[in-house]
Amino acid sequence: MRQYLLKSLLQVIPVLFLISVIVFVLVYCTGDPVSLMLSDTATDEDRRILIAALGLDQPLHVQYFTFIGHLLQGDFGNSFRYDMPALPIVLERLPATFELAFAAMLVATVISFPLGILSATKRNSFLDILFSGSSVLGKAMPHFWLGIMLILLFAVELKALPVSGRGSWEHLILPAFTLGTGIAAEMTRLIRSSMLEILNQDYIRTARSKGLLESIVVYKHALRNSMIPVVTIMALQTSTLIGGTLITETIFSWPGMGQLIIQAVNTRDMAIVQAAVFVVAFLVIISNLLADLLYSVLDPRITYN
Amino acid sequence: MSASMETQTQQLQGMGKPVRPTGQLGRLARLLFKSKTGTIGLMIVVSVVLMSVFAGAIAPHDPAKTQVSERLKPPMWVEGGSAANPLGTDNLGRDVLSRIIYGSQVSLLVGICAVIVAGAIGVILGLVSGYYGGWIDSVIMRTVDAFLAIPNILFMLVILAVLGPSLMTLILVLGFTNWVKYARIIRSEVLGVKERDYVKAARTVGASNRRIILTHILPNVISSFIVVSTLSVATTIIAEASLSFLGLGIQPPTVSWGGMLSDGRQYLATSWWVATFPGIAITVTVLGIMFLGDWLRDVLDPRMKARK
Repeated sequence: MRQYLLKSLLQVIPVLFLISVIVFVLVYCTGDPVSLMLSDTATDEDRRILIAALGLDQPLHVQYFTFIGHLLQGDFGNSFRYDMPALPIVLERLPATFELAFAAMLVATVISFPLGILSATKRNSFLDILFSGSSVLGKAMPHFWLGIMLILLFAVELKALPVSGRGSWEHLILPAFTLGTGIAAEMTRLIRSSMLEILNQDYIRTARSKGLLESIVVYKHALRNSMIPVVTIMALQTSTLIGGTLITETIFSWPGMGQLIIQAVNTRDMAIVQAAVFVVAFLVIISNLLADLLYSVLDPRITYN
Repeated sequence: MSASMETQTQQLQGMGKPVRPTGQLGRLARLLFKSKTGTIGLMIVVSVVLMSVFAGAIAPHDPAKTQVSERLKPPMWVEGGSAANPLGTDNLGRDVLSRIIYGSQVSLLVGICAVIVAGAIGVILGLVSGYYGGWIDSVIMRTVDAFLAIPNILFMLVILAVLGPSLMTLILVLGFTNWVKYARIIRSEVLGVKERDYVKAARTVGASNRRIILTHILPNVISSFIVVSTLSVATTIIAEASLSFLGLGIQPPTVSWGGMLSDGRQYLATSWWVATFPGIAITVTVLGIMFLGDWLRDVLDPRMKARK
């Protein structure tokens, strides 16, 4: 187990290295940060001084190693919009994004588990067709449009919920549903097919034929074993989830990392963009590792040797 | 051998054969119309394609023509609406229906071209990675991991911010960030196919690696590619709409569904129709492609059907 953990952690290193290369290349391609930073009245001399100060006159590989050196110290440079180090600005926004992401995951779980289990146990029934149909629809709908429609219905027409912002739990409802619905659709499909596969196994027939209650067969014997693929996909959803916060936070003016990233991209504040890409990638990698470890909890047969 | 076993054997033999659409179009069509969702999907996709090809002939108005006196008129069935603008007009008095018809051009163009770019990169890297193995495989797979750790939309936003938005960059960016799933799927298929006897036989008689990959392996992994790429057109259309919605995709005056949604959002309180109809257009199109893709998967990949 410890060896497996060590091996997975070692595999993370080349991935982080590649991400650093990708981020470096992107920033290098941005072209001319100097023009953005200088005022209109700057002379050529000012320009030369700034280029030298930023180290942009150095060869490419030297620039990359300087970049890596700073990165290892958590230094992504200063955001020119906030005139502060970029990483703390990004980290400061994390709690709001986590709040939204957890709420969305909660919505997704609360919707998908009952729907997926019912669809599987009552296969081909009216309910199954209804739920499967809704999950297909949930996947086809762009979630930013769903968000706008929810605002239209609950905030504009019914005036029941706030349009945007963060504060009370009421502010959380619409963004959480907007972000959670797409994930719920994916999870419902997955839970259904995973449950169906398990329900056809011999040990389920055995459990039924020895006279166990159907609820015990479904919840104790089938559900737990069908969770392994579900956990994998849920962990892989971390990337989708964080990607989704970008748009959801923009629609609902939710003051999280997603909104910050969109603003930074629009103003070409590359220090913030770099720091954010790294933080996001780090979160995704960690959650994938956690999913790996969760398998052994769910399925003791997996021993990692 | 009993009759039922015989049919079973026939079915099993049929499963291994690659499906060749040419000459079997009739069989495929029969299979298609047997599936209700497949038929609906095909009908939607054909209508959207026709709509975009004949946009000039179908659209009642010029999609770019502004008419401030007619601004924010409701759809025809709402009080104050008229048959001249069946789905109403937007904030500049442009006809919503005509804009939706023209918007389909961008969605399909970007969706299909980006999938071709992504597919080409992914298939080549997947074939190389799976066939050669070793360090090439490690490098490609770690790159895949790195791409997977950055959410697609974030990746695309950053590249578009760097390069500046245009139709061409949008297609390339969508292609460049979405090759990963093809590479993974093709690689895993290749790993299975390359151990088959006919590949070993080809190697024994001295066929070159290139020949083995192109004539023995590629044809056997292509059906998974077709299934994944069809479904990808749907997700790419949503991605394009998201980027245009955020202002980094298609730029005006070119009409795009995502851009229309973004315009309509500001008039939500008074004019619901401006943001509602483009969203319905996206949802219906994506739904059609997904239905068609699911049907294709059932036909081309019977193993997946068994799980349904």
